[in-house]
Amino acid sequence: MAPLDRKLLRDLWRLRGQVIAIAFIVASGVGVLIMSLSSHEALEETGAAYYERYRFAQVFAEVKRAPLSLEAAMARLPGVQVVETRISQFAVVDIAGFEEPVIARLVSIPERGQPLLNRLALRSGRWVAPGRVDEIIVSEPFAEAHGLKPGDTLQAVLKGNKRTLTIVGTALSPEFVYTIGPGALMPDDLRFGVFWMGRDALEAAYDLEDAFNDVVLSLLRGSEPALVIDRLDRLLETYGGVGAYARKDQVSNWFLSNELEQLRSMSRILPTVFLAVAGFLTNMVLARLIAIERIEIGLLKAFGYSNVAIGWHYSKMVMVMAGLGILLGWAIGYLLGQINTEIYGDQFRFPFLLYRPGPSSFAIGAVVSLAAALIGAAGAVKNATRLAPAEAMQPPAPPSFSKGALSDSRVGRFLDQPSRMIARQLLRWPLRSFLTASGIAMAVAVLISSLQWFDSIDEMAEVHFFQAQRQDVTVGLVDAEDGSVMHEFATLPGVQSVEAQRIVTVNLRSGHRLHRGSLNGLPPDVRLQPIYDATGRELPVPPGGLVLAEKLAEKLDVVPGESVWVEVLEGRRPHVEVPVVALFDTYLGMPAYMELAALNRLLLEPDRVEFLDLLVDEAQQVELFAELKDLPEVAAVMLRRAAADTFHETLGRTLLIFVSFFAAFACMLAFGVAYNMARVALSERGRELATLRVLGFSRWEISYILLGEVALTVLIGLPLGCLAGFALAWLITSTFETELYRVPFVIDADTYGLAIVIVLVSTIVSGLLVRDRLDNLDLIAVLKTRE
Amino acid sequence: MPEEARALSDRQLKRPSLSAVGLTKVYRTGEVVVHALRGIDMTLYESELVVLLGPSGSGKSTLLNILGGLDRPTEGQVFFDGTELTGFTESALTRFRRDHVGFVFQFYNLIPSLTARENVALVTEIAPAPMAAEEALRLVDLGNRLDHFPAQLSGGEQQRVAIARAIAKRPRILLCDEPTGALDSKSGVLVLEAIQQVNEELGTTTALITHNAIISEMADRVFCFADGALSKVRTNEEKRRVSEIHW
Repeated sequence: MAPLDRKLLRDLWRLRGQVIAIAFIVASGVGVLIMSLSSHEALEETGAAYYERYRFAQVFAEVKRAPLSLEAAMARLPGVQVVETRISQFAVVDIAGFEEPVIARLVSIPERGQPLLNRLALRSGRWVAPGRVDEIIVSEPFAEAHGLKPGDTLQAVLKGNKRTLTIVGTALSPEFVYTIGPGALMPDDLRFGVFWMGRDALEAAYDLEDAFNDVVLSLLRGSEPALVIDRLDRLLETYGGVGAYARKDQVSNWFLSNELEQLRSMSRILPTVFLAVAGFLTNMVLARLIAIERIEIGLLKAFGYSNVAIGWHYSKMVMVMAGLGILLGWAIGYLLGQINTEIYGDQFRFPFLLYRPGPSSFAIGAVVSLAAALIGAAGAVKNATRLAPAEAMQPPAPPSFSKGALSDSRVGRFLDQPSRMIARQLLRWPLRSFLTASGIAMAVAVLISSLQWFDSIDEMAEVHFFQAQRQDVTVGLVDAEDGSVMHEFATLPGVQSVEAQRIVTVNLRSGHRLHRGSLNGLPPDVRLQPIYDATGRELPVPPGGLVLAEKLAEKLDVVPGESVWVEVLEGRRPHVEVPVVALFDTYLGMPAYMELAALNRLLLEPDRVEFLDLLVDEAQQVELFAELKDLPEVAAVMLRRAAADTFHETLGRTLLIFVSFFAAFACMLAFGVAYNMARVALSERGRELATLRVLGFSRWEISYILLGEVALTVLIGLPLGCLAGFALAWLITSTFETELYRVPFVIDADTYGLAIVIVLVSTIVSGLLVRDRLDNLDLIAVLKTRE
Repeated sequence: MPEEARALSDRQLKRPSLSAVGLTKVYRTGEVVVHALRGIDMTLYESELVVLLGPSGSGKSTLLNILGGLDRPTEGQVFFDGTELTGFTESALTRFRRDHVGFVFQFYNLIPSLTARENVALVTEIAPAPMAAEEALRLVDLGNRLDHFPAQLSGGEQQRVAIARAIAKRPRILLCDEPTGALDSKSGVLVLEAIQQVNEELGTTTALITHNAIISEMADRVFCFADGALSKVRTNEEKRRVSEIHW
C-alpha cells in the first residue's frame, strides 16, 4: 500500500468522530431521498399491478333497476370490452357488542366463482356456496376491526327484513382499496364494511330478479372513457341512471390517487430540501476540515508530491467520508422505504407489495452528495496547495484582528477576556460564522418543516370536525323523503335538534371544465353544519345561487357573478344554469352549497330531505343507536366524533409516519452539524485552549471559551432557522394541494420550541463529546512545538 | 507595590521556594523506555534566578514541566512552600498554576484575538492579587503597545507580552522554556532584560531553560543537565547584567 494511502487510513481513523458525523449528514440526505422515492415508486407500481391482476373496472354506473337484457346492448357499445352487472345496496348491520350502527355495502358476486371484473383477493375462508342465501364474504379490514372470522354471524336489515348472515370468507378488492362509507372522508373499518353476497341471494332480498342496479365495464385498449360514458348514460337514462363515471372518479381510486399524489409531492419537495441542505453542510464541514490540514499539505509538497497528487489524496479522503454516508444512506433509505411501503400497503390494503426500487434514486443521492463533498474539499485543497511548501509548514501567522465597534461599546467594556475571545473569533470571520450558523439554521428549518405537518393536520381536523360541524350524528335516509320526517326523528331518544340536508350527485360544468361531485342543500337558518370558511367565518345560505369552495371555483375557473351549469345526475336529471354568489375556503374536499328549497325547486321536486343532522344528548346515545338500527328508512349513520377520530388515525398511520421519518433524519442532520462544528472549532483552537490551561484556567473555563463559541453560533442559528423553517413550511404547504385536501399553513409555537430543543440537545451532546477531548489536551506539547 | 517587592529582593532571603527530591520520569512509548529524569534533587530559593543548561533531550524541559505542575514524576516528590505538589489533584494543580506560576514559552502562545493589554488581562482577571495589565506591560517596556494585536507586534514584542502575561499575577515562580529560542539576538536581549528586571523588582523565583551557555551568566546559579541527571551545579559569584552579554 502506498504511504499516502496508509496515511489516509490513519487520518480517517483519527478523525473517526467527524467521519461518522459527516456520514450522518450525507446519509440523512440520501436516505430521505431513497426512502421517499422508492416507497412512492413501490406504491404506484403495486397499485397498478393490483388493478391489473384483479381486473379493476374502468367505467362505473348505478341505476334504480334495469333488466338483465340490457347487458348485451352495453356490450355492443363501441370501446367496451367486458360488462359485469351487479346488485349493490347499503344496509344497516348489527354486530353483537358494538352499540353504534354499522353500515355495509352489499355487492353481488357470481356464486360459481370470481366475477369478470373487480375480482376478489380471498384472504381467508371460502367462496359463497350456490343456493346458500345467508352466506357472505366480508372485507378483510372490517373483519379485522371487529375480530370477525369465517363461521361468525351478524345481523343485517335487508330491505326492512332483519337477517342473520354467516361469514364464510374475508377478501380484498381493487374496488375498495379505500373502504369509505357514504359521506365519510376517511375509511372507518369499525363502522363501514363491504359484504359480498351471492347474486341469487341479493336478487331475492331486493326483488331484483333478472335485473341489476349497478354495472361496471372494462374498455378496449385506447378507447376514450368519456365517449363510452356518454353512450352508457343515454342507454341507462330511462332506468334511473345516476350518471356513469370513469375510474378516476371512483371513490376508492380517487382517494388512492390523492394519497399517491400527496406522497409524490412529499417525496419530491422534502427530500430535495434535505439533499440540498446535506450537500451544503457536507461542503462547509469538509472545507473547514481540510483547511486545518494545511501543515501536512505543506509537508507533502516539500517531499515533492505534486498538487494533483495531493488533491487526489484529499479527494479520496472526502470520497471515503461521503461514500460511507452514501452507503449508510442507501441502506437506511432502502430499509425505511420498505417499512414505509409496508405501512402504506397495510393502510391501502393491497393484497401484495412490490418493493423493487429502481437505481435512479440511489444514483441521484450518490452523485449529489459526492459532488457537494468534492466541491467543498476542492476549494480548501486549492487554497492549501497555493502556498509555497515552506510557508505552508509554518504555523499560520497570527491572524489580524481589529477591535471593532464591540470593544468600545458599553457592553464591550464589561466583557471578560474569554468572552471577548469568543466575540472576536466570530466577528473576525463573519462569513464563516454565518455559514456555520446557517448550518444550524438549516437543521432547525428542516425540523420545523417536518414537524409542522402535525400542526397542519390538527388544524384541519379542528376546523373541519369541530368548528365547522356541530351535529353529533348524521343520518342518511334510504330515499329522499318529505320534510315532515324531521318530526319523527325529533322524537327519538336524546335528540335535541334536527336539521335537514339534501345531497345530490351533479356534474358542475363551466365551459369545457367539469367537476363531478355533490351539491348540498341547506336550510336558510342552518346551525349544525353551516357553510364554514376556514378563516372562522360563517357564510349565510343565499336564497338562490351557489356557494362554492374556492378550490372548486378554481377548478371550474369561475368567480362570483359568473354562473355554472348544474347537471343533476339523479331523478329527472335537470340541467340548469345557476349563478355563483360566494366562495369560501375549506381544507377538505370541494363542496358546493345552495339553499335546500332552491335545490328542491331545481330538482323539480317538493320539499324533500335526504340527510338529517342530529344534536344528541350524550347520556341517551345508546338508546338512540338501538332505535336507529331498527328504522327501515335509515341507510347510514355517521358520527362526527368517530369521523374525527378516523381522520386522525388514518393520517396518523400514513402521513405522520412519513413525517416522523423526516423528523428523525432532521435530528441526525442536526447532530452531524453540531458535532462537526464543535470538533472543527476544537481543532482550530486546541493550541490556544491548551495555553490557557497552562496559564491556570480550569477545564470549565476553557470549555466556556470553546463551547461558548459553539453556543453563540447556535444562538445565532436558531432564530435564522425559525425564519427559514417558516419560509420552507410555507413553500411546502403552498405547493401541496390535492382535490382531497389543502394543507393549512400553521406552525404552533410548540413546533418551533421542539425543533429548537432537538437542535440544542444535539449540540449539547456534541459539546459533551468534545468536552471530553478538552479534558485530555496535551499541555506539554503546547510548550514545545507548533502542530 | 514595587517598594515592597524591592525590599524582598534586598533581603535576599535564602528561603526554599520549590524543591525536588529524587525526581524520576520514565516515558514508555510502545516498547521504548526513555528515562527522561534519573533521580534529580534540587532546591530553588526565593528570588533567585537559575538557568537550566544542557543539550536537547537532557531532561530540562521535563523537569520544568514537573516543577510547574504540568506533568507528574514517575517517582520522587516536589515541594512548594513545604507542601507536597506531587500529591495534588488535577484541579489543585490548576489552582497552583493559576495562583503561583508564570509560564513563558518558546512560541509565545498569545491569543491572536486579544490585544496585548487583553492578553495580560486574561490572567489578571482570574488571579487573586494581580497588578494592572498596563503596569505589567510597562514593566516589559511595552507601555506604548497596549492596544496592539499580536499580528501587529514583532516576535520580540510578542514574547515580552507573554512575559507580562506571566508576571502580571505576581507569581512566586516564573518558568521560561527557551524564551529566546525563536528570536534574533537583539530581540533576545530585550526579552532577557525584561525577565531579569521582573526577577529583581518582584523577587520572583525564576527558572530559565536555554541552549545558550552565555546566557547563564545572568543567573545566580546554573544547573547543567546531561542524560536526565544533574551533571554540575555552579554558583555565579558575580551576576552579569543582560546588557553586558552578547551572542
